[in-house]
Amino acid sequence: MMISMALAISITLMYSAPLVYAALGGVITQRSGVDNIGIEGMMTFGAFGGAVVGLYTNNAWLGFLAGGLFGAMLGLVHAYVAVTLKGSQTISGIALNIIGLGLSIFFTRSLFNGGAQTDVVSSKIPKLFDVLGIDKSGSRLLQSIDIDMTVIVALVLVIIMHFVLYRTKIGLRIRAVGEHPAAADTMGVNVSLIRYSCVILSGFLAGLGGAAMTLAVISNFTPTVISGQGFIALAAVIFGNWKPIGAAGACLLFGFANALAVLLSGTGFPSALLAMLPYIMTLAVLILFIGRSEPPRANGKPYFKGE
Amino acid sequence: MKKNYHFLRQPVTAIIAAVLLGLIVGFIILSVTGYDAVAAYEVILFGIIGNPRNMAQAVVNAVPIIMTGLSVSFAFKTGLFNIGAEGQFIMGALTAAMVGYYLPLPAVIHPMVILILAFLAGGLLGGLAGWLKNRFGIHEVISTIMLNWIAFYFNNYIVNLPQVKVEGTLRAPTILDTANITFFSSEWKRSDAGRAFMQNNPILGEIVRTDIGWGIPIAIVVAIVLWYVLKHTVAGFHLRSVGSNANAAAFSGMSVKQSIFRSMFIAGGVAALGGAILVMTSTGTVSILGSQEGYGWDGISVALIANSNPLLNLFTGLLFSSLRYGGTLMQSKIGAPTEIINIMIGVIILAIAITPVMPRIADYLTKRRERRNLEEAGEQK
Repeated sequence: MMISMALAISITLMYSAPLVYAALGGVITQRSGVDNIGIEGMMTFGAFGGAVVGLYTNNAWLGFLAGGLFGAMLGLVHAYVAVTLKGSQTISGIALNIIGLGLSIFFTRSLFNGGAQTDVVSSKIPKLFDVLGIDKSGSRLLQSIDIDMTVIVALVLVIIMHFVLYRTKIGLRIRAVGEHPAAADTMGVNVSLIRYSCVILSGFLAGLGGAAMTLAVISNFTPTVISGQGFIALAAVIFGNWKPIGAAGACLLFGFANALAVLLSGTGFPSALLAMLPYIMTLAVLILFIGRSEPPRANGKPYFKGE
Repeated sequence: MKKNYHFLRQPVTAIIAAVLLGLIVGFIILSVTGYDAVAAYEVILFGIIGNPRNMAQAVVNAVPIIMTGLSVSFAFKTGLFNIGAEGQFIMGALTAAMVGYYLPLPAVIHPMVILILAFLAGGLLGGLAGWLKNRFGIHEVISTIMLNWIAFYFNNYIVNLPQVKVEGTLRAPTILDTANITFFSSEWKRSDAGRAFMQNNPILGEIVRTDIGWGIPIAIVVAIVLWYVLKHTVAGFHLRSVGSNANAAAFSGMSVKQSIFRSMFIAGGVAALGGAILVMTSTGTVSILGSQEGYGWDGISVALIANSNPLLNLFTGLLFSSLRYGGTLMQSKIGAPTEIINIMIGVIILAIAITPVMPRIADYLTKRRERRNLEEAGEQK
C-alpha cells in the first residue's frame, strides 16, 4: 500500500514536471500580454535539442540547458512577429508548432541516417536520491518514491516565478504591461522590452519542459514525445488563473490523472478508456473552475504606441 | 505602380508572397544542410505534374484535408477557432467504418446514409465544444484539444473491442462494397475488362489505378455550399455578424449562443465528412491509432493559407497535398527528409501571420509619396 502510494506520487510528479515548465512559460508570456500557442512546438524543439546535445556532450544537464535555448530561439521568432511586426499571435503560434516539429524531425533524419528518432542518451538527468547520495538499493519504498531532479528544478522555478511576479518591481511591470500597456508605457516602462523578454523566456521554459521529457522521462527524441502536452499546459494556465502556483497545481492534477491511468491498467479496465481519463478530468475541472478565472486584460493584443 | 499601393492590400498578394517565402526558406535550409536543393525542387515539381498517376493521387489525397480545411475556415469566418477538426475527423471515419460494415444497405443509399450519420457524429462533437463555450465559457481552443484526445481514445476503444477487431490485426473489418465510393471498384480493376482498359489507355489507365472517387465532387460541392451560405444567405450573415462583433450582433437581436452552437456543429460535421470519405475511398476501415494523424492540423494550415475562403480552400488543399506528395517522392529520390515540406508550410503560415503588416507598409509608402509630392510642390513655388 505504501509502495503504491509512493508510486502514485512519483508517477504524478514525473508526468507533471514537463507540463509545469511549459505552463510557467504560458503564464509568463500571457502575463506580459502576448498569447503563445506555439508552446507545443517550442517544447518539441527543446525536446529535440535536449536529446541531441545531451547525446553528443554526454552531459544531461548541458542537454537540458540546450533544450531551453532551442525553445528560446522559437520564442524569439514569436516575439519578433508578435511585438515588432504586430502580426497575428494565434497564427504565429500555429506556425511555430508546425516549424518546431518540422525542424526537429528534419534534423533528426539528417543526423541519424534517415530515422525519425534519435539514439538513446547514455547519461540521463540524475534522480534525487543519487544526487543526495542516499543508498536506495535496499528499499523498494525508496526506489518507488525517487524522483528526477527535473521535478525539483520545476518546483523551485514555480516558487521563483511566483516571487518575481508578485514581490518584485519587475514582476509588477510585467503584470502592468499585460493589463494595460498604455498606462505602463506612460510610467516609463519599456513595453516591447518586457514583452520580448517574457516571450523568449516562455520559449526557454517550454524548451526545458521538452528536454525534461527526452532527458528524464524517456531517453531519446521521437516525433510523438510531446504530442499535445504544450496544449495541456495552456489549459493548465487557464484553470490556474494565470498564476504560477495555480498553473503548477493544475499540471499536478493532470499528472495525477495520468498516474491513475497507469496504476489502474492491468485491472481489466479498458486501457483506451483509462487513457481518456486525464482529458475528461481536464474538461471537468474547467467546467467547475473557469467562472473564477480572468485572463490578463491585454493578452493577445498588439500594442500600438500612441493609440 | 498604382495609387495607394492597392495591390499590397489584397489578401491574394499576401498569400503569393507567403508561399514564395516558404519556398525560399525551404531552399536555403536544404542547401545549408548539404542537399541538392535544385534537384529536390525538380523532383517535387515534376514528380507531380509530370505523371498523371501522381497528379491524380495528389488530388485524391487533397480531399480529406480540404474537408478539414473547410471546417476550420467556416468556423474562422464565424469567429471561432476549431482546433477540433482532428477529433471530428476521427468520429467521421469511425462512423463510416462501423456503418459501412454493420449496416448493410443497397449501393448509392449506403454511402449517403454514412455521410449523414458521419456529419451528425462530427457535428455533435463540434457542437459539444460550442455548448461548453456557451454554458461554461470554456474557450473552444482548449475544449476541442481535449475532445480530440477523447475522440482518439474512443476510436481505439471501439476498434479494440473483441467483437470489432479483426483477429491478428489492429483494425476494424473492411467496409462492404456497397459503401465504397471509388469510381473504379477493385474487382473491375482486376477483371479482364479493367486490365484491357488500363493497357489500351496509358494515361487514363494510370489515373484508374489510383483510388479516385466521389470524394472530389463532394468536396467541391461542400465548398460551394459553405461559400454560398456564408456569403449569400441570411443565416450566413448572422453567423458572420456574430463572428465579427458578437455584441453588435446581440444588440440587433441575433442569438449569439445559438450561432456559436450551429457554427461549431456544421464545422464538426464537415470535418467528419472528410474522415468518412477517407474510409469510403482509400483506407476502407479504421485502425487503432498510435498518434494523431494530423488531418485536423493540416486543415488549420489549409484554412489559414486560404484566408478562410471556402473556394480558395480547394486550391490550398491541393497545393498542400501536392507538396506533401512531392515531399515523399523527394525523400525517396534525393534522401532529403520530407519534413522540409512541413517547415516550408510552417514558414508560409508564419508569413500569413504577419500579413497585417502589409496594409501598414502600403500606408507608409502612400504617406511618404504624399510628403514627397508636397515637398516637390513646395520647391516649385
